Amino acid sequence: MGPGRGAGGVSEEHVFEVFRQERRGQPFEHAGSVVAPDAEFAEAWAREQYGRRGESVALWLVPRDAIHVVEHWADEFDLKYRRVDGYSIKVRLKEARERAAPRAG
Amino acid sequence: MNELLLGLADDELVIGWRDSEWTGIAPMLEEDVAFSSIAQNEIGHARAVYELLADDADALAFDRPLEEYRCAPLVELRLLDWAHTIARRWLYEEADRVRIAALKDDADPAVAGLAAKIDREEVYHRIHAEMWHERLRNEPRFRDAVADLWPYALGVLPPEQRAELALRVGLDEVEAIERGAHTDELAELWDEMTSVRRSAPSGAQW
Amino acid sequence: MAAVEAPRDEQAFLEYVQAGGQVEVADWLPEDYRAKLIKFIEMHGNSELMGVLPEREWILRAPTLQRKLALTAKVQDEVGHAQLIYRVVEDLGKPRERCLADLISGKSKFHNVFHYPTKTWGDVGVIAWLVDAAAIISQKALLKCSYAPYARIMKKICWEESFHILHGRDVILTLVTGTPAQFELVQEALDRWWGPLMQFHGNPIPKDEDPMFRWRIKSQGNEEARQQFLEGYVPQIRELGLDVPDPKLRRRDDGVWEYTEPDWDELRHVVTGHGPMTEERLAFRRRFLEQEQWVRDAVLAA
Repeated sequence: MGPGRGAGGVSEEHVFEVFRQERRGQPFEHAGSVVAPDAEFAEAWAREQYGRRGESVALWLVPRDAIHVVEHWADEFDLKYRRVDGYSIKVRLKEARERAAPRAG
Repeated sequence: MNELLLGLADDELVIGWRDSEWTGIAPMLEEDVAFSSIAQNEIGHARAVYELLADDADALAFDRPLEEYRCAPLVELRLLDWAHTIARRWLYEEADRVRIAALKDDADPAVAGLAAKIDREEVYHRIHAEMWHERLRNEPRFRDAVADLWPYALGVLPPEQRAELALRVGLDEVEAIERGAHTDELAELWDEMTSVRRSAPSGAQW
Repeated sequence: MAAVEAPRDEQAFLEYVQAGGQVEVADWLPEDYRAKLIKFIEMHGNSELMGVLPEREWILRAPTLQRKLALTAKVQDEVGHAQLIYRVVEDLGKPRERCLADLISGKSKFHNVFHYPTKTWGDVGVIAWLVDAAAIISQKALLKCSYAPYARIMKKICWEESFHILHGRDVILTLVTGTPAQFELVQEALDRWWGPLMQFHGNPIPKDEDPMFRWRIKSQGNEEARQQFLEGYVPQIRELGLDVPDPKLRRRDDGVWEYTEPDWDELRHVVTGHGPMTEERLAFRRRFLEQEQWVRDAVLAA
């Protein structure tokens, strides 16, 4: 299932997903899609739909079926060490400061 | 007033007006949006050329009597079918390419500079027109439309530039339908185009 | 911590969206949600497309080059919105050809305001300023739609609508500071559009009885939207010296606006396809759709 892929609907090989870059250096973000027979038409149309007000400095046009979607991860063993919430920095810092206080004082 | 430039401005105004008639009713939504941008660009070009020729671009665009317009018959035609509309787009952009190229060498730097700007924007118009031409070249409706409009397209250019146009589009030069006499269609267009403006005294703000 | 997944039974789904959860196209959707969603979004797309028709006549009559450009750009945006919206419907399974066929046959609906005629340049200003303002209020309430693909396009739509209101306000301000006849153009247009504007947000069905709110497709009830419109725009209208044609219109001390009850029969009558311009506009659409079928066949054939 691609960024917009649903059950049935329009002939999928003609859907081009549009990613736009708002300013140089920014990430390309998914902005929508156009239905076009080929990349040439897709470009002519996406330019205006996603850039006529100068709101994009660049576009990536990608045929929908070229997109490989990844949506599921296993997380059975609660691997907190990989995330910020896996560390109780606040508690330990408080303890360390309390211990250091007589020496610092 | 420079007849050549006025003719260019009037052509852009009228074809922009004609093309803007497709806003909302083009064959596909994506094309509708793109086509409308082209129409707006044409109006923008007209405005820029009018501003070279006079202080008040709106007055020049709207307040002349019919017989003072210098547009070519090609742009005056009311073509509410896609085959003719896109055929005209293609032929017009090819003709425009030839005359704009000549204007880029104009002795007046303001004219040359403006022609260069117009040319850079029309690169995208040409890509769009060529894209459609490629896709429809074997459709009888499109080929018939090109044949219908070819004499008119030649009339957009002065005689010395027509051979180049014929070479570019791959058609034999034929007798052109010249600028000069206006069509009834222009009269209708002018009437509608100026109806609101004429409803208030000259000088009224809109 | 596993990623939050959209639930797979109706009650859990309801709780999920009411808690602010969003779903994507590939998630399981309750049948009722899916059906109402498609109908709602389709009606929006239809409205953008039909809204083009009253306005495009005035593109051709725009009295200055600047107004012509601005109005063309506005209408172009509406078509662009239709494209964004129909793409969402297509991804839910209904091709746009079927949407357009249903629109033309009268099977699906579009908003009341687009069934009425435009008569003068005053209408151009009133539509761009007030009709678009009423629409923007509804559209902002869709930014948090539980159906994420629709919520996402609403961001672009709302951004573009903000230009329309500016344009509309500029047209109106120019007219009301112009000749007496130009001022009168605005007042006369306002007199005609006030009724449809008051009906626009729909009858005041309580939020919890409104399926669109229940499913968090909309985040606002109809009356809330109307009150927001009145609160924002009646002062703006009056400060220009214009009269709002409702003698009962007043703001209570508690901030609630009172007004003459809109004609809900007229609203129902119009949106079911009996508006003054419904048939003519649908016929116009049908004419061009049929005329250009060959173009779509030539272009989108594999």
